[in-house]
Amino acid sequence: MNPAIKINGIHKNFGNLHALKGIDLTIERGEFFALLGPNGAGKSTLISILAGLIKPSAGDISVMGFDVVNQYQQARQLLGVVPQELVFDPFFNVREMLRFQAGYFGRGKENDAWVDEILEGLGLADKANTNMRKLSGGMKRRALIAQALAHKPPVIVLDEPTAGVDVELRQMLWEFIKKLNREGHTIILTTHYLEEAEALCSRVGMMKQGEIVALDSTANLLNKFAGKKLRLTLGDVALPDHIHSLLRHQEDGIFTFALSDMAQIEFVLSALKTANIKVLDMQLNEADLEDVFLSLVGKSS
Amino acid sequence: MNTDKVTSFLNLNASFRGPWTLLKKELLAFQTVAAPVITALLYLLIFAHVLEGHVQVYNGVPYTAFLIPGLIMMSVLQNAFANSSSSLIQSKVMGNLVFVLLTPLTHFQFFAAFLCAAIIRGLVVGLCIYLVAMWFVDIPIANPFLILAFALLGSALLGTFGIIAGIWADRFDQMAAFQNFIIMPLSFLSGVFYSIHSLPPFWQKLSQLNPFFYMIDGFRYGFFGRGDVSPLLSLSIVGASFLVLALITLKMLKSGYKLRA
Repeated sequence: MNPAIKINGIHKNFGNLHALKGIDLTIERGEFFALLGPNGAGKSTLISILAGLIKPSAGDISVMGFDVVNQYQQARQLLGVVPQELVFDPFFNVREMLRFQAGYFGRGKENDAWVDEILEGLGLADKANTNMRKLSGGMKRRALIAQALAHKPPVIVLDEPTAGVDVELRQMLWEFIKKLNREGHTIILTTHYLEEAEALCSRVGMMKQGEIVALDSTANLLNKFAGKKLRLTLGDVALPDHIHSLLRHQEDGIFTFALSDMAQIEFVLSALKTANIKVLDMQLNEADLEDVFLSLVGKSS
Repeated sequence: MNTDKVTSFLNLNASFRGPWTLLKKELLAFQTVAAPVITALLYLLIFAHVLEGHVQVYNGVPYTAFLIPGLIMMSVLQNAFANSSSSLIQSKVMGNLVFVLLTPLTHFQFFAAFLCAAIIRGLVVGLCIYLVAMWFVDIPIANPFLILAFALLGSALLGTFGIIAGIWADRFDQMAAFQNFIIMPLSFLSGVFYSIHSLPPFWQKLSQLNPFFYMIDGFRYGFFGRGDVSPLLSLSIVGASFLVLALITLKMLKSGYKLRA
């Protein structure tokens, strides 16, 4: 069986800017995959190539075995992409717009039940007959997501779907997307909210300056790159030199240390005691995807 | 029908549904027929009032009657252009063209949908002006096939030109420049309000380089059975211009010019 998405040596140049430097990535059917990376890493360019909005300078991408350039009709039929920009057609109401969108993909009245399911699942049912112009920002975002799902694509790409979206919608959206994933849809997500990726996605790819710098299951990445975080409230003090290397973050007298094993707690505490620094408060936390992200992407960028 | 036939019919139906949906959307989004009809009638009232009885272009044809086919065709052409060009530039500026670009519609289906919407809009506007003008003046119909052929080809030509303009322009002011510097002068100087035989030789020659002249003259020939040049010559020129522009448009769409980076 062909994978949901197969990306082969994709390069993209915009003039002198080498935006994508040979991306290779395979996403299997049924995966919930997160693509992370700072602004300008090339995530959206990669997704635009996948969607056929941008042509690659080299390399190829296929969706369930169909090349996105040479077999674009089949590839796009299988793909639903939620654009990052909040765009809408001002002439129509939500239901009309969803019917049009499904119609472009050759779907007719038989698709209406699915349109109702999307409207229900995204909390748009009571706005179905409201003109797109009259929707609030959050509602427009829901409609944008609904539009990408209108033809019931097996592969769904969400490019930062929760940017500027309130907590309630985020919960609702993720419940609906998780349900689609359980039913067999492949989900690819780009997001800035790392906790979302951590909670939802089984596998994560991290991009930096046009390259994939990490690609593994979420659990493996968490194990590999980070252990524990020790947060100490010490006040306005100067740290002893030999524990400086463990310091990750310092703000308002609160010092955060990244520890690879528990023995280092004792090492830090004894160093502080020797230096006569008093510990006012102490917290020990598990590392999260943000720590992995920072250690891979953040430091040198 | 046996099962195979039914299935293939349904598949055919599904592959037509994409472009058909786009056509339907294009028609529903722009419904202003009243505005161009009122504009054309204002021209008619003013020019007829000023010139009726003073000017006779063809023997035995009152000036108002002469004027009406030209005004109808001018409106058909301008509205066919406006339909495809304004829809495209608006979707580009608003960003919602992406919803069409993400679909499996081929470049030919995209072209066909925008073209048919432009033709239908042009013909509806033309028909409305004709129906209203009928109340004022008797207009003969010498050859209905010529009338239909020029209306169809003319609106197709301008609809196609509108697609090119819509793809090329990035901003509304660039589109306005297209309207003001190309469409308006060419349509006003095409012999809508006069016969080019009344012009000095130099301007006659210049008018014959204007493709709008052949559309107006051929369309008018369908009503009065006479014109400045042979209707077959006009039909060939308009038809050939449409084919050339259609090929250019299809090439632009296929390459993704300005639409897909």
